[in-house]
Amino acid sequence: MYVVKRLFTMLVTLWVIVTLTFLIMHLIPGDPFATDSKAIPEAVLENMRARYNLDKPLSTQYVLYLKNLLTFDLGPSIQSKTTDVNTLIARGFVPSALLGIQSMLLALFAGIMLGTIAALHHNRALDFISMFIAMLGISIPSFILAPLLIKYMAVQWGLLPVAAWGTWKHTLLPTFALAVTPIAIIARFVRTSMLEVLHQEYIHTAEAKGLPTWKIVLKHGLRNSLIPVLSFIGPLFASVVTGTFVVEKIFAIPGIGKYFVDSIFNRDYPVIMGTTIFYSVVLVVTLFLIDLSYRFIDPRIKLSSKGA
Amino acid sequence: MNVTSTKLDQPLDHLFHPVDRSQLADQTLAYTSVPMWKDKIRKLVRNKLAVIGLALLLLIMLLAAIGPSLLPHSPSAQSLTQTNLPPSAEHWFGTDDLGRDVWARTWAGARISLLIGFAAAAIDLIIGIIVGGISGYMAGRSRFGDRIDSILMRIVEILYSIPYLLVIILLLVVMKPGILTMIVALSITGWVGMARVVRGQMLLLKQQEYVLAASKLGTSHAKIIFKHLLPNAAGIIIVNLTFTIPAAIFSESFLSFLGLGVQAPIASWGTMANDSLGVILSGQWWRLFFPGFMISLTMFAFNAFGDGLQDVLDPRSHQ
Repeated sequence: MYVVKRLFTMLVTLWVIVTLTFLIMHLIPGDPFATDSKAIPEAVLENMRARYNLDKPLSTQYVLYLKNLLTFDLGPSIQSKTTDVNTLIARGFVPSALLGIQSMLLALFAGIMLGTIAALHHNRALDFISMFIAMLGISIPSFILAPLLIKYMAVQWGLLPVAAWGTWKHTLLPTFALAVTPIAIIARFVRTSMLEVLHQEYIHTAEAKGLPTWKIVLKHGLRNSLIPVLSFIGPLFASVVTGTFVVEKIFAIPGIGKYFVDSIFNRDYPVIMGTTIFYSVVLVVTLFLIDLSYRFIDPRIKLSSKGA
Repeated sequence: MNVTSTKLDQPLDHLFHPVDRSQLADQTLAYTSVPMWKDKIRKLVRNKLAVIGLALLLLIMLLAAIGPSLLPHSPSAQSLTQTNLPPSAEHWFGTDDLGRDVWARTWAGARISLLIGFAAAAIDLIIGIIVGGISGYMAGRSRFGDRIDSILMRIVEILYSIPYLLVIILLLVVMKPGILTMIVALSITGWVGMARVVRGQMLLLKQQEYVLAASKLGTSHAKIIFKHLLPNAAGIIIVNLTFTIPAAIFSESFLSFLGLGVQAPIASWGTMANDSLGVILSGQWWRLFFPGFMISLTMFAFNAFGDGLQDVLDPRSHQ
């Protein structure tokens, strides 16, 4: 029941996002043809506006857009005359998703490891080393790290290839650049919350009945300390998505992030809306899954007044 | 024994001695209570990393205030005869391709970053605690409570889902582009993370026995929230705040790096880093190094200080 309700509100959320994005887009003064309007005769311009429905009243444009959206048609791109938004997203999806998922997984794995190690060796050398690494990771933004990685790892020392997008090796440097900050943030969250959990009674009980350390850490420690971490996965995901904007720009990766940034400067309405809606769907679904997972990790958290 | 054998009618005066006054004074001194804030400051000072962080922050702020006036160069003054010079006695951080002094531009950028960071984080904190607190506390309390929680969380979700670049572009159109726009734009979406963290904590904490006890004893909702729930969530809130300020600073540089932030000729660490992209491979390392180093140093300082603050302020953090 709860799941059905949440699914319904998810759709409402998406509708609100589509509407807001649509309104915001059309509040921006200037239209896509504003720059070369002098070179093109008025009649041609009219035709071009008509082609993209820009001559119709805003309400009609909105209805048309919603109708197309229901058939998963995100419309044509204005800038590149031959391809539509669906094609653009499909084209950019593979590099972006690969980059995003790889760095999320790397961040979760390395972050939880680093945080747990630090908490288990509280105030000892390993704790300080882990937290120093985390501190560096938080302090150095990806758009500073990425050019340095290119200069040293790729150009100076020639360890890994860049400036092309072909083999898996090409994904390593961008993935690392994207994951560094999330690793550090997750490590700190896990450490803080793990330290708290390790002082709980049930941990002492587990120790007292002679459970091996790894079992205490995995079954009792990690599971209980992941709640603050969970509420961070949403923003983490959003930051990885926005991170792909700069990382794709610096590494010249043909992903959705690149199309999105380009479309903003070009006032390419359909592409802006299409990519925004695409990101929104992925994000909203992710948040939904996170909300559900709270319950699996800690049954004490009630999802609604009727449940449990 | 001496005492037991003494007859009761005999005076016991020899068993008593006048108290040594100086000793008494010693005892009172040993039990002088230390005010809580003094104790906290003492603990904070003992934390080396926090002290280093605070010192760095003060240094960065000081240099942001007086840095540009230490050299006779204006951050926006161009000199086409002195382009792309490496660091020297004349130009401590070198010059860029328009002959502008990188030292002056770095500290002018520091002012913008710090201002935007502090202002946006303050707004985030206030809105985040109010929304997250209400939402988490009301959830599961009643039908009405659930509805409020649901409405607030839908707003949060929507704000999450719109990439914040869009919000900023909209504001740049509606408002004059500049620092104020940047602060508003960052806090319009920035409070969402704080609200979610506070809500998550509320959901967990309000199931605890002491909250049940307090509410059964007739404690008001406001008192439960401010005296029981928020102090216990303070640790996580502060950890989150130590991310919020540098995160705002980061966002400013990030947007400026993409060309969406503060506009030329105003210097910003992000725009300086972006300008240096083309020349980093040709060896003009100072163009990327100084603004990049300052961003990293500022974030390091905030995080180090925040960590120390957390160890002191969080009643459950075990040193």
